[in-house]
Amino acid sequence: MRWVIPLLLVASVVFAAEPIVIGVYEPMTGPYAAGGQMTMEGVYLAHEQVKEVLGRPIELVLVDNKSDKVEASNAVARLIEYHKAVAIIGSYGSAVAIPGSEVANKLGVPMVGCSPTNPLVTLGKPFAFRVCFIDPFQGTVMAQFAVEKLGAKTAVVIQDIASDYSVGLSHYFQEAFKKLTKNNKSVLGVISYQTGDQDFTAQLTFANSKNPDVIFIPAAAYGEAALIIKQARELGMKQIFLGGDTWEAPEFLEVGGKAVEGSYFSTHFDTEATTTPKAAEFIKSFREKYGKDPSAFAALGYDAYMLVVDAIKRAGKPDPKAIRDALAATKNFEGATGYITLDQNGDAIKDAVIRVVKDGKFVYVTTVRPTE
Amino acid sequence: MSWTLFLQHLANGVALGFVFGLVAIGYTLVYGVVKLVNFAHGDIFMMACFFVYYGIALFSFPWWLSFLCAIFLTALLGISIEKVAYKPLRDAPRISSLCSAIGMSFLLENFATVVFGGRQKPFYQPQILNKTLNIGGVRIQLVTIVTIVVSIAVLLFLNYLVYKTKMGLAMRALSHDFDTARLMGINVDKTITFTFAIGSSLAAISAIFWALRYPQIWPFMGVFPGWRAFTAAIIGGVGSIKGAMTGGFLIGMISIMLVAFLPDLAGYRDAFIFIVLVFVLLFKPTGLFGEA
Repeated sequence: MRWVIPLLLVASVVFAAEPIVIGVYEPMTGPYAAGGQMTMEGVYLAHEQVKEVLGRPIELVLVDNKSDKVEASNAVARLIEYHKAVAIIGSYGSAVAIPGSEVANKLGVPMVGCSPTNPLVTLGKPFAFRVCFIDPFQGTVMAQFAVEKLGAKTAVVIQDIASDYSVGLSHYFQEAFKKLTKNNKSVLGVISYQTGDQDFTAQLTFANSKNPDVIFIPAAAYGEAALIIKQARELGMKQIFLGGDTWEAPEFLEVGGKAVEGSYFSTHFDTEATTTPKAAEFIKSFREKYGKDPSAFAALGYDAYMLVVDAIKRAGKPDPKAIRDALAATKNFEGATGYITLDQNGDAIKDAVIRVVKDGKFVYVTTVRPTE
Repeated sequence: MSWTLFLQHLANGVALGFVFGLVAIGYTLVYGVVKLVNFAHGDIFMMACFFVYYGIALFSFPWWLSFLCAIFLTALLGISIEKVAYKPLRDAPRISSLCSAIGMSFLLENFATVVFGGRQKPFYQPQILNKTLNIGGVRIQLVTIVTIVVSIAVLLFLNYLVYKTKMGLAMRALSHDFDTARLMGINVDKTITFTFAIGSSLAAISAIFWALRYPQIWPFMGVFPGWRAFTAAIIGGVGSIKGAMTGGFLIGMISIMLVAFLPDLAGYRDAFIFIVLVFVLLFKPTGLFGEA
């Protein structure tokens, strides 16, 4: 029977072109699960539309990183060493994307992040890229919105000290807010909790005692953000709440209920404010497949897949190093979320969308362009 | 710090303390009788929330019926876990049943992930309990008051059960020595089954009050309250019911007061809780109410 295996190997080469493997690591379970699952909706749609590259079929392999830093490193190593992925897509959540990108970079396989916004995901890692904007921009956008559109003069920040995303975004928001209000003391307080906490009454009572105009909650987990706002309303707090892109999940509305009405957050995409012809096509096919509107994460997942396939095509061979070089040279790639040009750090320069919760739905407010 | 502000923190502390205390009681009861650290307690807790969720979502039960069914089902689950995972190991070294408990914990978490899905679900909040009382500027949830009442009722009930009934006598005998208890004509299996039924019902009751306060449920939701309850039980003295309540109360209070008085250290809550744990054990190795 020993001849069977070599024969099968030969047969597979002769009869079917060996597939090119694109690996995906996303949180399918754990506190970030909704984000990972929304991203995958976009990735699956893109894979359905483009199944081949360089005349060979594309095999998509997904490994769940369970919203966990250690699992994320293992997932990337597994995709590269066991599944022989030539490029990696992922992950939602900077806290898990950072260790993942570390491994991908070390093993020399390019990684394209869909929505991780912390600068450290790509910084100093020539093999790490992303199709979304980064937190220095996102933090500035929210501060600018608070000061210019909401007339806020003071703010308090409630951050998750265990999340790179949260601490980073909190930092950039504070910096921009102080600069825009021209007052070094306009951030009245910064108070922390830890991923997994469910009781925020102490932090909120502290925040309330400072009586700020707005409260910024860059929570990495949308469920926690919803609980914070809910508990704030129960404590009789009337402030406006602001957040980042993680808030865009159905769970945020379900858990938050009436409490989250009138809360603003920044995100990557809105079906009402698209900038490319590709977007209309994406929205149409997404509605056909899933019977609902796409989220920003689905759009970013779609773009990440399309960009990777495009880079493989431009590289001309499924070689990780060549794909990396092709990715680094990306200029004006037409995606659903906008035109993507990657800068020297591998980050996309994109518009941010601001949305508000109104009547239990996310509603488009405005688009903010990055200024040079 | 103003007087109202302090009272608000105090109210928050009492609210969190009683929730933790209620979780810790179930933990400690099983340990006290069977001498097994039931690491799956937090996951039994989680399963109870899903029973309630599906009772309402699938069968459209009224909330109170759904709560009752969940408590019953959780008790059954606790009994089955004991039969499958702990009973065969009763005469094995204690470390074996400890490992089995950890395994059971992972099994339940992963089972829930596969069956219920990994995403958070909102927990149903009955209108009648979802009210906030405003007492002179201090806000407290109606749920919190109900939690306190239920905790006290549970404490009184357990006190009666353990010290006034025949079953309680059997439980106390068992906690000293299995073999001697058996020689005295105590039905060891029946008593242990009963203990697990009560312990799991308590997990369900505490889970319901937890979810009413923090209405977000997911397969790993039991990990965090589980560890806190374990710590609370040790601070209070493992096996002591009033100790568990006190331990839980202390942990809740410390968590809130740390943030209130040292806001800069708010992110290091857990470190402080464990420092307190170490100090208590340094001066009283058996915990506050533990027997030497």
